[in-house]
Amino acid sequence: MKLVTAIIKPFKLDDAREALSEIGVQGITVTEVKGFGRQKGHTELYRGAEYVVDFLPKVKIEVAIGDDLLDQTLEAITKAANTGKIGDGKIFVTDLLQVIRIRTGETGEEAV
Amino acid sequence: MEDQIYQLQYAIDTFYYLVCGALVMWMAAGFAMLESGLVRAKNTTEILTKNIALFAVACIMYMVCGYALMYGGTVFLTGIEGGETLVADALASKVEEGFEGGAVYSGASDFFFQVVFVATCMSIVSGAVAERMKLLAFLAFAVVMTGVIYPMEGSWTWGGNAVFGMYTLGDLGFSDFAGSGIVHLAGASAALAGVLLLGPRKGKYAADGSVKAIPGCNLPMATLGTFILWMGWFGFNGGSVLKLADVSSANAVAVVFMNTNAAACGGLVAALFLARAMFGKFDLTMALNGALAGLVAITAEPSTPTALEATLFGALGGLLVVSSIVFMDKIKIDDPVGAISVHGSCGLLGLLLVPITNDGVSFSGQIIGALTIFVWVFVTSLILWSILKAVIGIRVSEEEEATGCDVSECGLEAYPEFTK
Repeated sequence: MKLVTAIIKPFKLDDAREALSEIGVQGITVTEVKGFGRQKGHTELYRGAEYVVDFLPKVKIEVAIGDDLLDQTLEAITKAANTGKIGDGKIFVTDLLQVIRIRTGETGEEAV
Repeated sequence: MEDQIYQLQYAIDTFYYLVCGALVMWMAAGFAMLESGLVRAKNTTEILTKNIALFAVACIMYMVCGYALMYGGTVFLTGIEGGETLVADALASKVEEGFEGGAVYSGASDFFFQVVFVATCMSIVSGAVAERMKLLAFLAFAVVMTGVIYPMEGSWTWGGNAVFGMYTLGDLGFSDFAGSGIVHLAGASAALAGVLLLGPRKGKYAADGSVKAIPGCNLPMATLGTFILWMGWFGFNGGSVLKLADVSSANAVAVVFMNTNAAACGGLVAALFLARAMFGKFDLTMALNGALAGLVAITAEPSTPTALEATLFGALGGLLVVSSIVFMDKIKIDDPVGAISVHGSCGLLGLLLVPITNDGVSFSGQIIGALTIFVWVFVTSLILWSILKAVIGIRVSEEEEATGCDVSECGLEAYPEFTK
């Protein structure tokens, strides 16, 4: 099992959610986050003076999936969240040791 | 029959005066919204408290002694409601003035219209000293400003008294229709004195001299505040015609409304595009200041310019305010809402523009009047702020400033459910 954590542009969230449902992902967790990448935030202007916005708002999506769905999931998110411009985000994949569905007590792939 | 028409005219003029006063009262809401939008969220409760409290303080002090100092009469407004001979006296004045003569209206309506101007003047100060001044020091200042400092300069201008028995501004060709100088320049002068003693907000100017932006927390609120001020200004300038109920007065009122609106539009467009040219972006806050700058600039004389002239005068105000705000930052005078530029720089501009369209007014008279107002208000304010600074202190501690005045001064956040 894998945990896919994707940091994407907030306005791409709907597209990503749709793409993931289409390939059969059962559930995702979404968090509003802030951060910076290689571009290190950006500058804005207020009354003639510039100021730096260090952390840009992003959306973090977490998806727990079985190994068989990994490539499709990565492709779905990459396609949905891509604008070709700086700041499109990143996807992290980690091994998932255990999953438990709290209501039934099911574990492993069945609980994903 | 003639008496009845005079009574009707009295009633209409009084009603007009009261409605205009209520419109000006509403400007207090405009200032509150504008200022709370242009400060950081952590200072919102404090600035709202300051704005609504200063309105009440101003009204009380003007009732206690301000009105008496400015226009003569008695302290505590004793007898302002009119005695048993009220109707006879009013009719006698009407007969003397004639149907198209000077304005005759209720004494209490005059107080009501004048008192909201005092509050407006005081509101100007609150924005400039925002985010770092102690609330108690500000309210203490408000007591003296609205009870003595403003009424004194008001008595030399609208009150018609000689300045300490030396010279009379009216004789020198000074005219300020609705208060570009008397209200706006005066408020800005008091604000400037306060800001000089108070110093800039922490983090506004870096050690290397560069200006750091401290963005306002709520621009929809600031925009609403500007719209409210714009609307209130129709009462501010329109009411200052003092009379409505004959053809020429009604026409004058209509021209004043038209020109007041035109100047705001001119100021807004000029400021918006100057900011675009200077910074490369359309800066909303500059546009808002531009509209107010246009309004302040036309306030000294909204009745004689043509609509085109009013628009151009407003545009001059809009150009001046953007330059003035940038200049103030250069010399490190930190004014979070631009009040000193809007009301001071453009108030002066407004006074100096009057002779262009009003032959009865002289440049020298306007300059002497502006200097009289500025020197009096600035010097007395500086003394008063200094005393307050020595006795109770005027600035919150560094830690309180970092936490925000909401918690340190009011113990209450404006948006407690927002996570930071």
